[in-house]
Amino acid sequence: MTKDLVKTLADLKEQEVIRIVEDRLKAKEDPLKILEDARKGMEIVGKRFASSEYFIPDLVYSGEILKAVTEMVKPKLSKAAESKKLGKIVFGTVAGDIHDIGKDIVVFMLDVNGFEVHDLGVDVPAQKFVEKIKETGAPIVGLSGFLTLAFDSMKQTIDAMKAAGLRDKVKVMIGGGQITEEVRKYTGADAYGKDAMAGVTLAKKWAGVK
Amino acid sequence: MEKKWEDMTPEEKQEARFAKWLSPEGVKFASPEAEKIYKERATRIKDAIQMKKRPDRVPVLLIPSFFPAFYSGLTPRDVMYDYEKANNAWRKFYVDFQPDAHFGCVAPGPGRFFDILDYKLYKWPGHGTAPQHTYQCNEGEYMKADEYDAFLQDPTHFFNTTILPRIFGALEPFKQLPNVTTINEMYGTGIIFFPYGLPDVQAAFKKLLEAGSEAAKWLGYFMAFEKEMPALGFPSGQAGYTKAPYDILGDTLRGTRGIMADMYRRPDKLIEAMDKMTPFWIQKGIIESNMNSNPLIFLPLHKGADGFMSDEQYKKFYWPYLKKILLGLIDDGVVPFLWAEGGSNSRLEVIRDLPKGKTVWLFDTVDMLKAKEILGDVACIAGNMPMDLLTIGTTQQVKDYARRLIDNCGKGGGYMMANCAFFDDVKPENVRTMVEFTKEYGVYK
Repeated sequence: MTKDLVKTLADLKEQEVIRIVEDRLKAKEDPLKILEDARKGMEIVGKRFASSEYFIPDLVYSGEILKAVTEMVKPKLSKAAESKKLGKIVFGTVAGDIHDIGKDIVVFMLDVNGFEVHDLGVDVPAQKFVEKIKETGAPIVGLSGFLTLAFDSMKQTIDAMKAAGLRDKVKVMIGGGQITEEVRKYTGADAYGKDAMAGVTLAKKWAGVK
Repeated sequence: MEKKWEDMTPEEKQEARFAKWLSPEGVKFASPEAEKIYKERATRIKDAIQMKKRPDRVPVLLIPSFFPAFYSGLTPRDVMYDYEKANNAWRKFYVDFQPDAHFGCVAPGPGRFFDILDYKLYKWPGHGTAPQHTYQCNEGEYMKADEYDAFLQDPTHFFNTTILPRIFGALEPFKQLPNVTTINEMYGTGIIFFPYGLPDVQAAFKKLLEAGSEAAKWLGYFMAFEKEMPALGFPSGQAGYTKAPYDILGDTLRGTRGIMADMYRRPDKLIEAMDKMTPFWIQKGIIESNMNSNPLIFLPLHKGADGFMSDEQYKKFYWPYLKKILLGLIDDGVVPFLWAEGGSNSRLEVIRDLPKGKTVWLFDTVDMLKAKEILGDVACIAGNMPMDLLTIGTTQQVKDYARRLIDNCGKGGGYMMANCAFFDDVKPENVRTMVEFTKEYGVYK
């Protein structure tokens, strides 16, 4: 039974997932266990995406299924799920840019790979990144941007980290449609990721995960 | 005797459309020199596209977003609200950089028109984004998942009473408009029209009239520009535009997430809706090509890019319906000028399935060598000058990249130099280098 939910979710069989969750809730199973299985299923989705077996629509759809599961399980939860995280990451799309699809994919992949991601959303002012880094003490920052105006916003965000004395304490990765090594140099970031998996690889390396 | 249009082959229709474009009716060229340059440029582009004859050199195209505004020291906000300033900036841009075609004074659009109707689909300079920044789309499900049936039953009524009220704040009262396809006989007809008497509906119509006047005012400037540029020696690179059915539904109706979920949850409805859209969007392309006596119809492609769907999904949901649009246009002699945004490496083999010399594929990011190898005997390819180089690179880097593009893709014709994506605030010297270097190095000997 337990294995079924993991596999069914990983295979994106929405109707079956819902039925299994209904049955398990009816059988008064610990809702945390159900969520834990769902998490394992999502982990497999992430792995399949990393190996190009799955594509963006599969990620989006798995997210939709997870949302449905969470909504079913939530009313039965007495305490929040706790899990050990690999490390904290502050993430967001930089000022002036409201594109979120690329960012959401990387955040998803970091999350299923065990990171605690603080997603600040889109059009995030430099100062907001600085405050969140201070508040969380996150050693890794991810800046996303799709438009070319993001080149300057990324640079300004990294400059703001310098001004706040945080630059030595964090590793910064950037990514998005037109981001290349040239842009990395221009912005002063530590690295750029061509896709979501590159972001995960960087985060793992920086967090010292093997 | 001249053949009737309906008796002509697609090939003949394309030739006829090109012929009109090469000798534009009613254009008074500024000088004999301008006329000569116009014809050279149009012939160069035609040869590159048709692949029957090698052009004299690699054509070079510049398709800007707000760059002309920045280049003239204006903000995007300025040119969206002052149409004369926009025309002046765009003219200066084309005259100063001398690419082989112009793409209209098209990027700005009438700011006040969007203000009057309270347009919700986008943020634009000074209205949600900073005056010095570009416009951006507000992603959302403007058509809900359970509205496919309403759309399929009567798309026009659905747009009038559901989509317009959602995307234009000022047209919210249109929710109450009647479906006029039920007008019949004399009895009852008066009743159908009562919503037009409601005060809020009447107020919405007043706004609509005001917006229409603003659109007409803007279009006056726009059309003046379309007339002026050929006279200065620049053929028009696009008569209008159409889109891939999957993008039409995904971009601004169902939204990226919505349509991705639809591929799993309601694939049949999605396919039915794309089928429904197809004839409208073929017709749009043909009408715009006729109106502007220009064979080139632009198609920006979005959601079929690498990674945005699997190969199977591309072959099931994206390509068959895009292909219908392309063949519909090609059959009438129109030349689809596709701009594949994002990556296209995984799509090259699929899109090969087209008649030769009938389309242009402008690529954003792709392995251009591979693109030439796979598409080289089917279609003219274009683009790929990277945005990072234009924005922050050196002129030497631009030159090196342009040389590689011409070496890899120019052989035998069938390539046009162009930017990979619409550009905003890039370095003018890099744009100049891209054009001048192509004119020098891209000559076929």
